[in-house]
Amino acid sequence: MKMVKNDAGVLKVRKGFLYYIKKDWQLYTLLLLPILFALVFKYGPMFGLIISFKDYKIIKGFLGSKWVGFDVFKKIFEDKKFWEACRNTLLLNGLTLVAGFPMPIILAILLNELKGKYFKKVTQTVLYLPHFLSWVVIGALAYQLFGYADGAINNFIEDLGGSRIPFLQEDYHWLVSYVLINVWQTMGWGTIIYLAAISNVNPELYEAATVDGAGRFAKIKYVTLPGIRSTIVTLLIMQLGRIMGGSFETVDALSNVATTKFTRTIPVLVYRSGILNAKYSESTAIGLFQSVIALILVLGTDRIAKKLGEDGLI
Amino acid sequence: MEEVMQSKVKENKPGSNSLKNRMTDWIIKLVLFLIALTCVLPFVHVLAKSLSNEAYVIAQQVYLYPKGLNFEAYKKVFSDYSIIRSFFVTIFVTFSFTLTGMILTVCAAYALSRKHLKGRNVITFLFMFTLYFAGGIIPDYLLMNKLGMLDTIWSIILPLAFSPYNLLIMKTSFQSSLSDSLIESAVIDGASQFRILRSIVLPLSKPILATITLFYAVGRWNAYQDALFYIKQNINIRPLQLKLYYLIATSTEAVNAAMEGTAQYTNPEVLKAACIIFTTLPIICVYPFIQKYFVKGTMIGAVKG
Repeated sequence: MKMVKNDAGVLKVRKGFLYYIKKDWQLYTLLLLPILFALVFKYGPMFGLIISFKDYKIIKGFLGSKWVGFDVFKKIFEDKKFWEACRNTLLLNGLTLVAGFPMPIILAILLNELKGKYFKKVTQTVLYLPHFLSWVVIGALAYQLFGYADGAINNFIEDLGGSRIPFLQEDYHWLVSYVLINVWQTMGWGTIIYLAAISNVNPELYEAATVDGAGRFAKIKYVTLPGIRSTIVTLLIMQLGRIMGGSFETVDALSNVATTKFTRTIPVLVYRSGILNAKYSESTAIGLFQSVIALILVLGTDRIAKKLGEDGLI
Repeated sequence: MEEVMQSKVKENKPGSNSLKNRMTDWIIKLVLFLIALTCVLPFVHVLAKSLSNEAYVIAQQVYLYPKGLNFEAYKKVFSDYSIIRSFFVTIFVTFSFTLTGMILTVCAAYALSRKHLKGRNVITFLFMFTLYFAGGIIPDYLLMNKLGMLDTIWSIILPLAFSPYNLLIMKTSFQSSLSDSLIESAVIDGASQFRILRSIVLPLSKPILATITLFYAVGRWNAYQDALFYIKQNINIRPLQLKLYYLIATSTEAVNAAMEGTAQYTNPEVLKAACIIFTTLPIICVYPFIQKYFVKGTMIGAVKG
């Protein structure tokens, strides 16, 4: 232990590292295992990222492989497949955002207009269902319904005298189906935050609007929507931050051999060239590129959201 | 004053308006009902298919109710060794995963919720950073390879068992629900931190423990990506979702029963439908009762994140 004089000239004890370990050893013990898990399973792979700057050979190992600087990146930036994967990632996430963002807001407002408690509860519970399904099941359901040769919807269309539509078996149809299925999967669960925001709107505002003769739509327009505006803005910014993020499961579960134009997103490309074709350095570099861009976007949009959030609060 | 206001309100709401209002109510109900139907009908259809006679399914006549009701497909599912095995693999994996995750999360969340703990912010950052940046698919895969965990059950239990996001939710909940004075008085009474955790914190935190347990369990039950990546050769330990994945993705992954001679009489569509229902039914039966915990956890996560 060291005695140190601070600015006011008062003697103060600056305690050493060991002092705290001794005092709180029990709490540190509780943290040991979680830290170990984080180091091995989260930071371990980060160490593995060095192979995107190496010519990785399994026999030579992580450390033994030759450094090649940015050669791997140069190579992937020249690859058409890489840019196609970037485009697809942005396209799928962007379209899903555009189509899917307003849905929870609309649903939350509609649910909020309901007067009967029972109907509201049941509807909410049913709308939450897709959130609890795995993507394997959603993919399977999609093919049961939208399959070209034997999907129920197509059977129905044919029964009515129409001709079958390749919902999932033609590139552009697939794109629309992908977006709609994603919107369907997220819309119900997304209402939770908006419903909470709506319930925080001051009820006096509604009373005042009623006194002023505002009808239902006027109240939604002038009370509810302004009341949840900051929530909407924050969530929009947050979701914009995730536009470079990629989910493997959503695309993989819905794709098939007939549709290849839009299904090769970055994680799908990484999986195919990395795990299936053992091009470890390249696929790691592609993944790293995505992670870095995604991180920058998330941090940037988070900062914007916080700035706007403060404005909204004052 | 109030009376005046009330009469004014009434003035503004003449009869036609209230009729319009009721009309709008019904339209809103109808719209929500139709949207909710899109969440239910897919299951009704697949359930109907799974209970139908194959002939009707081949003739594409089954929509929302079974035709030629029978349980043959389910009998096949339940007598198929590989499906039942996958089911038990999933149960074992979900249980071990959730238990591991809960132990790690509770320990870390409690320690990090103690505000006086030196280095608390650094350690919290160490965990939270991994939410925003990760090694990625291939480094994860190579690590599994290095640890010799590929094609073992541990590859789908250990790597994801500790979730920093769940830690964040539980830590936030601990900080708001456990009073510092309560913990401090227990410390003064000579209780060890382990004792406090066991005898005070855990009994007081049942709702958040339930929430996080369910986050882990449902997440594990539904995930298939890691299993798809890590379990390639050892088909004995395919969890249920992966089994369904291969069953749907490739018709070559035939159900054993279908392969043994009876194949020509079996329409895989009916079996597929039965497998989908078999995989999903546990979740559908349970989720209405657990959704409120999910809502709670999601709200805590949203406020923090």
